Amino acid sequence: MTDYDDIDILLVEDEPIDAEMTIQALRRGNLANRLYWARDGVEALDFVLCRGAFADRDPLHATKLVLLDLKMPRMSGLELLQTLKTNADTQKIPIVVMTSSKHDRDIAESYRLGANGYVTKPVNFDRFSAAIRNIGTYWLVLNQAPTP
Amino acid sequence: MRTPWINENLAAAEIDILLVQDNHADADLAMRALVKGGVGARTRWVQDGVEALDFVNGSGDFTARDSNDLPKLVLLDLKMPRLDGFDVLRALKGNARTRSIPVVVLTSSNRSHDVAECYRLGANSYVTKPIDVDSLATIIIHVATYWLNVNQAPT
Repeated sequence: MTDYDDIDILLVEDEPIDAEMTIQALRRGNLANRLYWARDGVEALDFVLCRGAFADRDPLHATKLVLLDLKMPRMSGLELLQTLKTNADTQKIPIVVMTSSKHDRDIAESYRLGANGYVTKPVNFDRFSAAIRNIGTYWLVLNQAPTP
Repeated sequence: MRTPWINENLAAAEIDILLVQDNHADADLAMRALVKGGVGARTRWVQDGVEALDFVNGSGDFTARDSNDLPKLVLLDLKMPRLDGFDVLRALKGNARTRSIPVVVLTSSNRSHDVAECYRLGANSYVTKPIDVDSLATIIIHVATYWLNVNQAPT
């Protein structure tokens, strides 16, 4: 058993301020207790595939939600999305893209690659917090996540 | 039983939600909840998978519809006559033109096999219907609000 075994939300975000705001908003909704923050796509992929620093993680514990930023170093959000959605073992994990980009091309490409949802980060802090709490409640409480 | 909530004009107009449900009482409850929650003004109810695909593709009874107007959300039941929810998912998600439409499976089944199969076929989300009618109405409003107001639909 490691601390990684009972994670519900995998947050993939390279920007510390955005990550902190997301975690705070989820915490206020009591939704952040079982969250792991990966700093980029490479770390997130290691987490999901239980390798590298996460080799001891139990692959049978389902991640209920991946909250995915798009612009990140090393491996972008779109690359990670494509990798996870084309692998039969990881294809079912719900992935919500959360980004400041409102470009039609990013939206279309995310859905084409199989994103379960796409949320644009509001600039206003209160709206940002509200959106994050809505996302957390929807995917952790209402949505039925697949079991691995 | 005829539900009072069908707006036939919506067949040709832009809609937000396509509700695919063969059970009239369940559809009626969902339509009432959506209207009450202020998110269902542009909902179209169809009764099975064949009608759902006709609506999205502008075929069958829906040839007058502009098939470029894709719904922002499909609320999909699983067990239906003629063409079931799995077949609808397979058709929508296997077609480049329609695969980006968010599809939420809304069903009384919580069997892990059904859940897994829906995600495998590309369902965006899977929500289990509670038995209690009030809880069901609340959940339908939450689901529609999330997908129409929080989620960014493809353009």
